Amino acid sequence: MTVTVVWYLVLAAALFSIGVGGVLIRRNTLVMFMSIELMLNSVNLTFVALSKDLGLIEGQVAALFVMVVAAAEVTIGLAIIVSIFRKRSSANVDELAEMKG
Amino acid sequence: MGIAIVFIIFAAVALVGAVVMVTTSNTVYAAIGLLSTMFSIAVLYILLDAHFIAMVQVIVYAGAVMTLFLFVIMLIGVDRPEAYGPVAIGQKIMTVVVAVGLFAVILLAGRAAWVTGSSAFGTPDLNGTIENVADELFGTWTIVFLSTVMLLTIAALGTIALAYFGEVSDDEEATL
Repeated sequence: MTVTVVWYLVLAAALFSIGVGGVLIRRNTLVMFMSIELMLNSVNLTFVALSKDLGLIEGQVAALFVMVVAAAEVTIGLAIIVSIFRKRSSANVDELAEMKG
Repeated sequence: MGIAIVFIIFAAVALVGAVVMVTTSNTVYAAIGLLSTMFSIAVLYILLDAHFIAMVQVIVYAGAVMTLFLFVIMLIGVDRPEAYGPVAIGQKIMTVVVAVGLFAVILLAGRAAWVTGSSAFGTPDLNGTIENVADELFGTWTIVFLSTVMLLTIAALGTIALAYFGEVSDDEEATL
């Protein structure tokens, strides 16, 4: 039984789908944010698996850049969540309707 | 064979962690589920000979990002599930339909690769050591790397700006 690149790609697709489901079903901003992180991780897994399959190191460099962008995103996102919480005392997205037209 | 066993174990842990993260009502359990998923993905990176990426995954994601998440969870308080009320049954059904449908569409879109893809990894001699990654990173992608440095600096400054100049609520103004 040989582990091929397809196994990794199917696993990454499953993790990405679970992440999409998490964003859709949860109303806690923190858990929605974690689901986005899960999606970014599954894409990284795709990059690294295909990097191995194609013999190109560029896939791992791309995964590294995705990690950097995700770190910046976490920093800003959590700061926004904390500042919203200071204002509203809630992390429920259903209560955030300031920008409603 | 040994690699297949390790892959199956850690793929299962990753999937279980992800499902726990999405389904549990306790935010701390969700964070722990995501943490186990990230550790499992780091192990899969090692199976793919991406040693440097695996270390970065453990240090940045499982270390820094998850610590930050848990810190914020503790800071704003662990939410009680009753604060949200039950999720509408229609929303649950639609979420499962969309997630499963997306998974099916991805598999369908990649069917050519499943059929014609190499039976084993094409070039097993690729090794993602620090040296090999750095050669590429600081050779071809230097400008992009420097841009990410700027991006992180801007993100840090933005966080400081949000923390210091953010609008305070009426309660906080009253206590000042």
